[in-house]
Amino acid sequence: MSTAVLPYTVEPHPVTGVYSGKLGIWLFLASEVMLFGGLFSAYVFLRVGAEAAGSPAAWPTHEETHLSWVIGGINTLVLIVSSVTMVMAWASLKMNDFAKGKMYLWLTAALATTFLVVKLAFEYWPKFQHGLVPAKNNFFGIYFTLTGLHGLHVFGGIVVILYFILPGSKLWHRDKEYYANRIECTGLYWHFVDLVWIFLFPVLYLL
Amino acid sequence: MKRLGRQIRRAGGRASLNKVGMGLRWAALVACVFLFADAPSAMGQAAAPQTEGIKIDGHYGPYLPTDASKDGYRADQLIDVVHWFMIALFVGWGIFFTYCLVKFRARPGHRANPEHIKAKPSKYLEIGVAIFEAVLLLGWSIPIWASVKNDVPPPNDPHAVRIRVVAEQFAWNFHYPGPDGKFGKTAVERINTATNPLGIDRNDPDGKDDIVSGELRLPVNKTIVCEILSKDVIHSFFLPVMRVKQDAIPGMRIPVWFTPVKTGTYEVACAQLCGNNHYSMKAIMYIQNQTDYDAWILEKCKPPEEFDG
Amino acid sequence: MSGHDHGSGRGGHHDHEHDLHHELGFWRKYVFSIDHKVIGIQYAVSALVFLFFGFCLMMIMRWQLAYPGQPVPIIGRFLSDAVAIDGVLRPEFYNALGAMHGTIMVFLGVVPLLVGGFGNYVMPLQIGAPDMAFPKLNMLSYWSFFVGCVVMVAGFFVPGGAANSGWTSYAPLSVIATTGQTMWLLGMVFLITSSLLGSVNFIVTIIQLRVKGLTMFRLPFFVWAQFVTSFLLLLAFPPLEAAAVLQLMDRLAGTSFFMPSGLVVSGVPQDFVGGGNPLLWQHLFWFLAHPEVYVLILPAMGIVAEIITNNTRRPLWGYTTMVYSLVFLGFMSFIVWAHHMFITGMGTQISAFFATTTMIISIPSVIILTCLIITLYNGYIRFNVPMLFALAFLPMFAIGGLTGLPLGLPASDIHLHDTYYVIGHFHYVVAPGTIFAIFAGIYYWYPKVTGRMMNPALGKIHFVLSFIFINTVFMPMFFQGLAGESRRLYDPTVYEHGVQMIGMRKMSSWGAWMLGLSQLPFILNFFMSIWAGKRVTNDNPWEATTIEWLAPSPPPHGNFAKVPTAHRGPYEYSVPGVKTDYFPQFAGAEA
Repeated sequence: MSTAVLPYTVEPHPVTGVYSGKLGIWLFLASEVMLFGGLFSAYVFLRVGAEAAGSPAAWPTHEETHLSWVIGGINTLVLIVSSVTMVMAWASLKMNDFAKGKMYLWLTAALATTFLVVKLAFEYWPKFQHGLVPAKNNFFGIYFTLTGLHGLHVFGGIVVILYFILPGSKLWHRDKEYYANRIECTGLYWHFVDLVWIFLFPVLYLL
Repeated sequence: MKRLGRQIRRAGGRASLNKVGMGLRWAALVACVFLFADAPSAMGQAAAPQTEGIKIDGHYGPYLPTDASKDGYRADQLIDVVHWFMIALFVGWGIFFTYCLVKFRARPGHRANPEHIKAKPSKYLEIGVAIFEAVLLLGWSIPIWASVKNDVPPPNDPHAVRIRVVAEQFAWNFHYPGPDGKFGKTAVERINTATNPLGIDRNDPDGKDDIVSGELRLPVNKTIVCEILSKDVIHSFFLPVMRVKQDAIPGMRIPVWFTPVKTGTYEVACAQLCGNNHYSMKAIMYIQNQTDYDAWILEKCKPPEEFDG
Repeated sequence: MSGHDHGSGRGGHHDHEHDLHHELGFWRKYVFSIDHKVIGIQYAVSALVFLFFGFCLMMIMRWQLAYPGQPVPIIGRFLSDAVAIDGVLRPEFYNALGAMHGTIMVFLGVVPLLVGGFGNYVMPLQIGAPDMAFPKLNMLSYWSFFVGCVVMVAGFFVPGGAANSGWTSYAPLSVIATTGQTMWLLGMVFLITSSLLGSVNFIVTIIQLRVKGLTMFRLPFFVWAQFVTSFLLLLAFPPLEAAAVLQLMDRLAGTSFFMPSGLVVSGVPQDFVGGGNPLLWQHLFWFLAHPEVYVLILPAMGIVAEIITNNTRRPLWGYTTMVYSLVFLGFMSFIVWAHHMFITGMGTQISAFFATTTMIISIPSVIILTCLIITLYNGYIRFNVPMLFALAFLPMFAIGGLTGLPLGLPASDIHLHDTYYVIGHFHYVVAPGTIFAIFAGIYYWYPKVTGRMMNPALGKIHFVLSFIFINTVFMPMFFQGLAGESRRLYDPTVYEHGVQMIGMRKMSSWGAWMLGLSQLPFILNFFMSIWAGKRVTNDNPWEATTIEWLAPSPPPHGNFAKVPTAHRGPYEYSVPGVKTDYFPQFAGAEA
């Protein structure tokens, strides 16, 4: 056999102890930390430098933001549970139970979709209707940018999960361990997306 | 001679090729008329007043330009010292480098010597470089910068001349408080490019005697404090002969100070890309003796008849 | 042997499409390939085209600088009214040329060539790997880059022309600028994504796919350089992506992230609620853009190190020190960014902090330069074409680095900020610095990629002419800057110092045009040698020690007939007791 086969795609590297995909996803998540970190820094910069109350550009009070911590809290719970179902999916696959794994993956996707629906229908849409758009002031600007980018990441995660449930599930029958590893990596990404929300929620809704 | 040649060329010696230059001069001329007369402006964009043909004092290039300020020598000294350091390092490296290239070039009978080289001198050199850089920081740069930032004359200093420099696309506005020493209130709503580019409230008692000029006139041997502002985008207030440079950032008001010690006519340049006519955003700075300066202030502070708001 | 070979413990299930390569059609083999070598060539060729294009943009600009107000010869009549009046450049087009020259050279030229081109092609070979860790991701990375290039260049064809707010795109100017700026931002998003995907691939490959015996401190310096560079790309690019999103929001959604209240442009109060800060853009931009300049130099140092040690027949002097310096440089590059912002109204403490970190970061650069020069001592220096360029890199990089000193000290930066001194400084590092390293690398690895040598006589002509003319272009700029001539001036003769410096500008312009002509021997050589170059007689024509020279020239899919093992360090030249003056890493124990 030629040397054209890549090593450590499944079995862990003797020194690092991980298979390549896992190292890759951790590195990708490091860059995502810098991405959201950049936006969080922008939030701090903008809030510290905001104009005094009375100006249309001033930082809004809690009431003026019209952000419901109840809705935000519900969404937080939804995401946390979806992280749990994600882990359960991976655990089921490691225990060779494809049916259960698929079920948990469906659940995760459903919960994630719930998150997006709640966000779009109960948060974004009412705001737009009342003229609370990104251009209104910098709080709304950064709120929509942060939650919007986060929402895009949630959507991306849903697409990947659906891929693995549907067309990608063929991989399970070809190579169980490889498939489980990919779900593990997706899980790591998913936990990160959840973690970003856990920072977003208090910063935007509570502070 | 060069300037004369340039003027002839621009005045239409090659008319078909200089449409851009001529168009700009026309625009500048028109803007001047509007700025200093009272006809309503057909153009929104400000253009720098006519500055062709004005003789500029001082020598320029290839090294640092004339220093017409009291404290500019400090920065010049630092630039000198750093460049000597740079030359010393480059020549030193260069000599060793050339020596190696010649002595160890491939030739018959020569072989590479694999013995490990200790190279102690390079370690000392490295440490020396680090120490010298620390000296540059602690002995020159940090103290000079601290002085530049902190030695701004306090607001109640009667001997300092205070001016606001308001940059816009593509002109400098020099806002003098007038004989009362107080700046009038300004508001965005009052801005009229032709008659009131800074939106000064002429009904405000402090604002009645304010002067807005396209030229920067200053008295010699007095400390000048300029607060740098911008109406639109980032510009940069650059006085080469005073060793002053400060970005004009919209939303901020940043002071610079300097003390001119030579009378003469010099240039104010814009040192941050601010749009298409960034290159032509020039103003003239006249450093005058106290008498001439006072006369100019008194002459300019009479408000024009028709001033809105 | 550990499990990195094909047999143990995994059997056939874990094979991928690699083994099916003989069934691939033309498109999968040459266009949408997942082979790192094909992707490397794709990156390299695209980048060389863009380097040439970006250079042409500058050659046009230089006409206006040397002969202001005069119509551009030859191409002037083809310029549309939107960009030139009777062949005389409009100021807005001049500014667009400037902004796009910078953007294209950095993001579409140098980085894709150094990292995407050289890194992709050479690095897996140097570590003995069959390919990158994620071949499909590699391909995705190239095509994302390609889309970014298309979007960027499309800016020239939208109303208002290409982005013209400088490659730095400072707000508020960039926010109120024409459509081309939106294309710039969108293009940047694709380019950044490409870099991010690529950097993940590089780091994982270097860590996981090294062959047996190749410990981290036996890696060629080139691989270390790519490794640190990838971390810079991975961690520094995302804040710029965030900033680009924020600027897009300001431009398209009317937000005020970078717009303070009360802006009046041309007499018209702007319709933003305000409350933002232009400095936020600068901080986010420079947080990337400073590490970015180290991305431009580190792989170049890697290339130069390989070629110098090979052509002095001695090991790299101070290899371990150089590696630690590299890592330290990478780390420090994240905490110097505000030295680009001294003149924004910065106070004493913050400027002292950034001035100090900037002085500190010069130390590892000096160490690496010194180590490379000391490597020459007691050597047997062969002056072939790659070595000429690699040697020239050293004094050119020295000039570039040294002229950073007066810029990094705030007090002297007051006079020099945003003048031609800055342009001279960074071009010395990137142009006769990095680009010479790129030429060196092309001449050096050409036989591995094609199986033929480039013509040395043409190469020497290319070198001598380029060296003379590149100095002609950039040396005058230091004097222009000291005289007070600002950057980005369509017509510097508006100012007295600009009038005095016309001679310098003419020298730079003629130097640039001659430099352009000097590339003809290279372009000719590059293409001719593919078909008519002298064939190599063995796979290691330079008698080098690193693993890529074990592979056939060119390497087939999978790279090596047998998985190599590293038996020793990367630069075992002139080892006592060994017959030849080089002892390759991949050679067995026999002397």
